[in-house]
Amino acid sequence: MGALSLARIALACAAFGLLIPPWYGLESGFASWPGGEAAPLAVLLAGGAAWWLWPVPLILLASAPSLLAHRAEGRLLIACGAGVIAWVFLQGWAIGLPGTVWSIAAPFVGDASQPALGWGATFLLTGAVGLLSAGLAAQGRFNGDAFVSFLVVGSAALLIAFVFAPLLTILSAAAVEDGRIAPEAMLARLTAHEAWSLACVTSSLGCGVVWNTLALATLTGVLSTLLGLAFALLSARANLHLGGAFRALAILPLITPPFVVSLSLIVLFGRTGMVTEALSALFGIPRSRWIYGLPGVLLAQLLAFTPIAYLLLEGAVRQIAPSLEEAASTMGARRFTVFRTVTWPLLRPGLAAAFLLGFVESLSDFGNPLVLGGDFDVLATRIFFAIAGARHDPGRAAALALLLLGLTFGAFALQTAWLGKRRYVTVTGKGDAGVPSPLPRGLAIACGAVAFPWMAFTAIVYAIIMLGAFVHDIGRSDMTFTWRHYITAFEVEWFQGLVFRGAAWDSLFTTIEVAAISAPLTAGLGILLAWLLARQAFPGRRTLEFLAMLSFAIPGTVVGVSYIMAFNVPPLELTGTSLILIICFVFRNLPVGVRGGIAALAQIDRSLDEASATMGGGAVATLRRVILPLMRPAIIAALAYSFVHAMTAVSAVIFLVSARHNLATVYIVGRVEAGEIALAIAYSSVLILIMLAVVLGIDKLVGRAQIGRRAPAGAMQTAPVPVTA
Amino acid sequence: MPDPAIRFERVTKAFGPVRAVDAVSFDLPQGALVTLLGPSGCGKTTTLRLIAGLELPSEGRIEIEGRDVSRLAAAERRIAMVFQSYALFPHMTVLENVAYGLSVNGARRAAAEAEARAMLASLGLEGFEARLPAELSGGQQQRVAVARALVLRPQVLLFDEPLSNLDARLRRRVREDIRDLQRKLGLSVVYVTHDQQEALAVSDLVVVMRDGRIAQMGTPTELYEDPADAFVADFMGEANVIAGEVLAADGGRARLRVGGAEVEAAMRAHPVGPATLAVRPEAVTLVDAGGVPGRVARAAFLGQTREYEVETDAGMLFVIAPASAPAFAEGAAVGCRLERVIPLRG
Ligand SMILES: Nc1ncnc2c1ncn2[C@@H]1O[C@H](COP(=O)(O)OP(=O)(O)O)[C@@H](O)[C@H]1O
Ligand SMILES: [Mg+2]
Repeated sequence: MGALSLARIALACAAFGLLIPPWYGLESGFASWPGGEAAPLAVLLAGGAAWWLWPVPLILLASAPSLLAHRAEGRLLIACGAGVIAWVFLQGWAIGLPGTVWSIAAPFVGDASQPALGWGATFLLTGAVGLLSAGLAAQGRFNGDAFVSFLVVGSAALLIAFVFAPLLTILSAAAVEDGRIAPEAMLARLTAHEAWSLACVTSSLGCGVVWNTLALATLTGVLSTLLGLAFALLSARANLHLGGAFRALAILPLITPPFVVSLSLIVLFGRTGMVTEALSALFGIPRSRWIYGLPGVLLAQLLAFTPIAYLLLEGAVRQIAPSLEEAASTMGARRFTVFRTVTWPLLRPGLAAAFLLGFVESLSDFGNPLVLGGDFDVLATRIFFAIAGARHDPGRAAALALLLLGLTFGAFALQTAWLGKRRYVTVTGKGDAGVPSPLPRGLAIACGAVAFPWMAFTAIVYAIIMLGAFVHDIGRSDMTFTWRHYITAFEVEWFQGLVFRGAAWDSLFTTIEVAAISAPLTAGLGILLAWLLARQAFPGRRTLEFLAMLSFAIPGTVVGVSYIMAFNVPPLELTGTSLILIICFVFRNLPVGVRGGIAALAQIDRSLDEASATMGGGAVATLRRVILPLMRPAIIAALAYSFVHAMTAVSAVIFLVSARHNLATVYIVGRVEAGEIALAIAYSSVLILIMLAVVLGIDKLVGRAQIGRRAPAGAMQTAPVPVTA
Repeated sequence: MPDPAIRFERVTKAFGPVRAVDAVSFDLPQGALVTLLGPSGCGKTTTLRLIAGLELPSEGRIEIEGRDVSRLAAAERRIAMVFQSYALFPHMTVLENVAYGLSVNGARRAAAEAEARAMLASLGLEGFEARLPAELSGGQQQRVAVARALVLRPQVLLFDEPLSNLDARLRRRVREDIRDLQRKLGLSVVYVTHDQQEALAVSDLVVVMRDGRIAQMGTPTELYEDPADAFVADFMGEANVIAGEVLAADGGRARLRVGGAEVEAAMRAHPVGPATLAVRPEAVTLVDAGGVPGRVARAAFLGQTREYEVETDAGMLFVIAPASAPAFAEGAAVGCRLERVIPLRG
């Protein structure tokens, strides 16, 4: 696309935003259009209101003459685009709803006030981004391709607005007290007793929440790695033909909301749980609440995250070239010696990666600690209660969020260092003949002794979820059959049409709607970004890549906190809408789409793009007719991934839901808090079935698509897929 | 005088510190088949991609039929390229592949397909329209790639090592087909290869490249018979490069001193004095006595020819003799009569 055509479209878009849609965000709908609350900017200005916005149409007008004369003047367009964007945001920050926010603006605008930006502003800003991109293309940037220029500038703007800027907001929130910047308050918050106390070493008091988090994450990391290794060794080296069972087990946690296993654990081990009852009746073991705390959360996280470690380690085991082991055994080494001296050292990098993955997952997990934590708080839950609890303290929440962010970034840095170094041991599996040496006998028995009971345990845990929905009160071992919970949740009635009376319908519909809207947006943006990053050379490519992958490393809780802090006040006020849920999902799930896209593009020879170019295909035509059709599997995988994730995520969105826009997972957590375990279980089972249907349907559609939460096969070479817990 | 099909004016393409193409200038005439020849890594592909617009020059100016295209992207130039891998779109049928260029340039679907069909037919590909590229043999894929390029009636048609993915028996036929097509349609073709025989067989004009620069440019005969330097002489078929002295050379024949012996040979005019001389293996005749004396170090019988390595005072000479000529055994003392000698510049 040429710069001139882009500039013209952009100007038209901006003019539309100026003239037709309401400039400000609406509280009560379009009814008053074209006046009142729903007035477009043009009407406002003509009526003398919002006079400080006059520069906007004037700047736009300045770009018009040369465009009408068929000229795209780079400098002018850049100035106009950037000018409009800058002015809209500056005035937005300066003049807020309560009146002038920046005292520097007060002498000029008096006590003017305005609500948040609305659809009119959205169109206008989109147009301004278009003008800016057209200007850059006209100056020869991006090889003069205005389409590429628009994609780069537009996606960078979105990533800055919805990934980077919210992070900065946290930083500033941590440093602000009583409306002023207070570095000492920030320091105090970051070093607070509640975070770092070591009281548990010397007394019966609890330790600081940072230590809790680290202890839990380390335990989860180590144990899930060991369990995963047992499974991996058995499935890759023991000739047991258990691949199917293992894979089924591995896929279950991927389609389950992460806290659902917690419900099952309560049913089994809670004070009135089935196992507790049995132990008490048979052996007189007193009932206790041991499951609420570190042991329970650890158990739940192991159930949820072991499959990831398994998938990753199975790849690592299979990558070890059999010939290396054969070489060792031809030199006379015994089986165990071969394992100890060849296999194990080659596995070490994989183990480190699996550990760090489990570690990061645990750091970011929110649902399990919330349901099972009891008095055992971790950073994720403490952040939540600092916002949603009785003592609402955004500064404290922000500081805790920074601590959590520090931990995850640290873990990711370690991981990158490890994965970067591990290349020297990577052994190509392809074309390397030979039979993998079987496990040493003792080791095989040990693996089996760990893996099979664990598998049985996992099966029971999931069976409970399916069973619990159909009995009166599984939490108190009342096992009479009933449809009661499903009726409460999903009752429908015929009363002059279909009426969805069940308590769960609202949140289910919202969830499906939000998931169905965000999935194509995620996949689309992700694939386009992948294409830009993999196929276009432009200055700032590394930065764009960093921005696109950044949300990998941000725990959901931190995202949630940052979003309510960043998008709660004009000019960008989104809290309470379903839009904020959609945006949240799009940018949380984006890295997976991007990475999948880049991997897919690596399989598509560049000469295909070039052939299209030599035949006169511009970027748009090449993308639409050559690249996208060839990327279909990656696109579908990205769609499935983001859909499933939007259905199961809880940590970020628990901050963002509202009475009108509640989500299934958050609703279920609420039922758990209210003690309605059976209802929660019934709802969860429905979610699992929906997800299973989606996953299997897609599997049918594209063969074995990778819909895992974390792409298992490629996980060794690339950064791990993030957490959505 | 029509504009050259392609004109390079001091064109440089740098990839970081590597100057893949270094201040290259040339004019390639219209309606000719020009090959870019040179060893791997010498910048042939980069030159071709500069013509196509897949790379933009770091410096210099490129013209196609008189129009400056230096800053134009590939899609805006009227060139077509047949890629080494053919780059057929795997998800489109043969017909869709060939119609692609027409339809992205705005042709209506029916018109584009009719034209594509006609082009396929003219290349002997009727009946294959509905197949996918994966269902074709290598030679057929190549013809589809050519059809896809030709259907756009390009100003210049580019081939990057078009024979490298074909088996040896098919190569000769395909290269002849390309040459016939080029002649029949009067196309301007630039053809990249590292195979000297291929270049000699098909070209009107050969550009020999070395380290991003042009080593020599000329017709196949000129390059073969009058290479500018040892590199070109050696690259254009084997050559014995020896030191000698010109005693007299007045055009036609020359008297030379080589390896201590005084000999006479066909040679173009050259000033008297020491010179570097190239002798093609088939331009040496082995005799019992006369010429440059030597001893057969190695002899091999190849059916149609015999090959010898002869040790002389001027160095080892590689000689190819017809099988009908008298044979010499290893160790035999022989004389090497130099029939034709090429003086090298520099
Ligand atoms: N995209 C590129 N980036 C960096 N170096 C390149 C690139 N393309 C080519 N080169 C370098 O330029 C030189 C010439 O390459 P090329 O034109 O492909 O040679 P040829 O086709 O003659 O084998 C080589 O040294 C190659 O490594
Ligand atoms: Mg090449």
